[in-house]
Amino acid sequence: MHSSLWLTLLLLVPVAGALVAALVAKREGRSYVVAVVTASVEMALTLVVMVLYNNHVAGAQTFDFAGRFVLAAPFGLAYDVALDGISLLMVALTSLVVLLALLGARDRRREPAFVAWLLLLTSFTMGSFVAHDLLEFFIFFELTLIPCYFIISQWGAAQRSRAALKFFIYTFAGSAFLFVGALYLGFAHQHQTQGALTFAYGALSATTMTHGTAVWLFSAFAIAFAVKSPIWPLHTWSPLTYAEAPTAGSIELSALLAKLGSYGLLRFAVGLLPLALPTMRPVLLTLAVIGIIYGSAIACVTPDLKRLVAYSSLAQMGFITLGIVTGSKIAMVGAVLLMFNHGVITAGFFLIIGFIERRRGSATIRDLTGLQGPAPVMAALFTVVMLASIGLPGLSGFVSEYLILIGAFATHVWWGVLGTLGVVLAALYLLWAYQRVFHGRAEGDDAAMTDASTGERWVLAPIVVLIVVLGVFPRPVLDRITPSVQQLIEHVTPAGVNK
Amino acid sequence: MTLHVPSIHYLAILPVVILFGASLALLLLTALLGSKVTARVATSVTTLASLAAFAATFAQWSYVAQHGATTTIAHAIVLDGFSVVATAVVAVSLFLATLVAHDWSLRERVVGAEYQILALASAAGAVMMTQANDLIVVFLGLEILSIGLYVLVAFDRHRSTSAEAALKYFLLGGFASAIFAYGAALVYGATGSTNLTSVSYFLGSNVLLRPGLLYAGGALLLVGFAFKVAAVPFHLWSPDVYEGAPTPVTGFMASIVKVGAFAALVRVLISSLGTQLATWRPILWVLVALTTLVGASLALVQRNAKRMLAYSSINHAGFMLLGIWAGTTRGTAATLFYVMTYAPIVVATFAVVTLVGGPGDENHAIENYRGLARRQPWLGGALAVLLLSQLGAPLTTGFYAKFAVLAAAVDTGAGVLALIALLAAAIAAFFYLRWVLALYADDDLEAARIVVPRATGAAIALGVGATLLFGLWPGPLAALAQHATVLFNP
Repeated sequence: MHSSLWLTLLLLVPVAGALVAALVAKREGRSYVVAVVTASVEMALTLVVMVLYNNHVAGAQTFDFAGRFVLAAPFGLAYDVALDGISLLMVALTSLVVLLALLGARDRRREPAFVAWLLLLTSFTMGSFVAHDLLEFFIFFELTLIPCYFIISQWGAAQRSRAALKFFIYTFAGSAFLFVGALYLGFAHQHQTQGALTFAYGALSATTMTHGTAVWLFSAFAIAFAVKSPIWPLHTWSPLTYAEAPTAGSIELSALLAKLGSYGLLRFAVGLLPLALPTMRPVLLTLAVIGIIYGSAIACVTPDLKRLVAYSSLAQMGFITLGIVTGSKIAMVGAVLLMFNHGVITAGFFLIIGFIERRRGSATIRDLTGLQGPAPVMAALFTVVMLASIGLPGLSGFVSEYLILIGAFATHVWWGVLGTLGVVLAALYLLWAYQRVFHGRAEGDDAAMTDASTGERWVLAPIVVLIVVLGVFPRPVLDRITPSVQQLIEHVTPAGVNK
Repeated sequence: MTLHVPSIHYLAILPVVILFGASLALLLLTALLGSKVTARVATSVTTLASLAAFAATFAQWSYVAQHGATTTIAHAIVLDGFSVVATAVVAVSLFLATLVAHDWSLRERVVGAEYQILALASAAGAVMMTQANDLIVVFLGLEILSIGLYVLVAFDRHRSTSAEAALKYFLLGGFASAIFAYGAALVYGATGSTNLTSVSYFLGSNVLLRPGLLYAGGALLLVGFAFKVAAVPFHLWSPDVYEGAPTPVTGFMASIVKVGAFAALVRVLISSLGTQLATWRPILWVLVALTTLVGASLALVQRNAKRMLAYSSINHAGFMLLGIWAGTTRGTAATLFYVMTYAPIVVATFAVVTLVGGPGDENHAIENYRGLARRQPWLGGALAVLLLSQLGAPLTTGFYAKFAVLAAAVDTGAGVLALIALLAAAIAAFFYLRWVLALYADDDLEAARIVVPRATGAAIALGVGATLLFGLWPGPLAALAQHATVLFNP
């Protein structure tokens, strides 16, 4: 068992970095250096945590680095962190994505404020993933809204104000349900134990409740997480927001914050309220499948590359939801892996789209033709990311989608069949978009576009490496996820999750 | 026939004595010395008095912690943990509001000490309300609080809206007081006493065969309070008065009226009519739902910062009522916590609005805030923090305030009501954020800088500091609210 200090450091380093970045704001470019150094330190810390992480901690099951300090007893408020295989992967994703976003999507307009918000967002996202307490998770979950709001509203495109407001209000209203649900669960637990009010994960998971209560609570939790993920039909904020946010913002939103939704669904809705799963499963499976097909269908016709990735994300989040609620272990492992892979892949997409936008001033498909000629390396990189997203065997996307679909077929055949359609559609819209943007004869501005610079290639290198390595050798990652998923399932199984 | 003077526990009434004494002293000084009593002198006296009252609450607290709650002056005044904390909040609000009013009076060339005399008297009234254990004392406190405010609202003689607002406030406030007095009379008729403890005792040991008189009395009391805290549908006066009053007065009013009225409402509903919980709860349910929703929705269409804040404060009143709805110790503590955290925030918010309002107190359109945080990151950032706190964002006290009342409501089984309130908060988020968007807008970067005078700057800094500090670490305040309520005189 390791000290919780490591996780606390993961939370504090970005905050300190943000403060320093704000303090050195006077000097041009200095804050950017601070931010990159901070993100690198964060990455190093994450690597240390990954190496130290021990799957088999006696007593605490697969949770390591646990520590709990009560902050305000009357509110049941505590600082409580712990890390298992699932959180570990999300923490790794957070560090990676932030570093890449800083390196690959530098925004020089009022840079100190920009990087400070980005670093704060990192800390809050980390907090959500390592929180081992429902209330603490909720607070971090809500906190992520503030940096996002400022990043979108100040550095976004023309419709940024509307996008920021829409994003904030949707998520805020969604989390109202989570808030009430969390309070209800906390008090239900307190009334049972006659002890102090607490929202600790372990304590709450022991709460007994009727089936009806569990269903209501699950619904309340699911609404909040469905908005964040997004799951159809609560996704309507996402295309506008992804398209209007600055590149770094789009990366953060789609690669990281969307995962907060699915992570919450897995950890808190399924994990704490397994009793409701048999009732809620058909609903969520159906919504997930609709999301897959709807997202893919719209992605086929959308005129804008960023929106295309947004709708493609909707489809991918559908796959993740499918994997989480089917209840088969293999699909759940696949879903967790896809959370990571999708994060890496979308980060790659948005980075490349950002590079194109920076050169051509537009990410509209119609404005771009034949980029393959002037920018072959960029086209190649896009191809790798795209093929991973389509699910080409040998690349990372394949492994996770395959696991999810195996699990789905074993437990819920027809949903699995419909979900598979999404894989076909993904090939259609991505290849078609690729054809229109990269094939053909480049003229005018398109022909004059420069290829990916050395720096840009280096930023994309880790993404390509991860896509390939996790495609052929996902074992080490799966070894860390599986025991944690197993543990979650064991808690869930008595309620009839496994078929 | 001899007149028995009831025993007086001087520590219990020390804050009232300090505040009212300072008010009278200033009044005398002005009468004797005339214009020699400058704004600086008046401000110094007021800040010192508020600090002294604040210090007195420490003595009171240690007394209550040792000896428990006590009543004095024929059981009409109570000294318990709840009153002590509420008194401290009034003192802090007065302190902050005085700092703001000082700079404002220099800017608007308001000479003389009248402003501070009235503010001190009003604060004394608010403290009296927090300590009242008798409907007559509640009424007295209410009137002392209100009469000072009527005049303060009309203080800006250059603007006709100020006088108009004062007249409106006076007429409706007068009605509210009359309704309250009538309610008190009916309760007396039903129970034979105006003393809150006696009423509670009477209702606990007797069954009213014909409770109509009591219900009517209770309802009228509730209406009186609802007017004062501007709960929907008794809120109509508040946007006009908030807009018309001089801005520092609005901030002062928004804070101390809430503290005084809610403290008294808790006493009347929880400790006096606690046995009638089942009767007043459904009414309060509707009040909470209406107040939160209407307050948030109507704020959406406002273009004037002060009107928007008026509706925002209506929305907050709904949340404070939610804690009372719960009717439990947790709920009472939650409402107290809400008031404690809300008061400094609202004073500081109106302090920024005062500065932006500029000479003549006129620039209150949201457009006047465009780009403020870009030109002046500290001032604009402070307002952004205050607005986010009112919104209920985590890491600010506003979040825990909402958390506390919602927790109390959910604990009592009002999941639906909590959800309604929270969705209202989501609606409210819209206009707070729109304001924040304006603060960080790109344009108007060349507009004139707003000079931040030292005293007002200090008030804003204190408000923001408290919000962030206790937002990060709400433990002490939460424990204080809880202890205060445990030491509540039943």
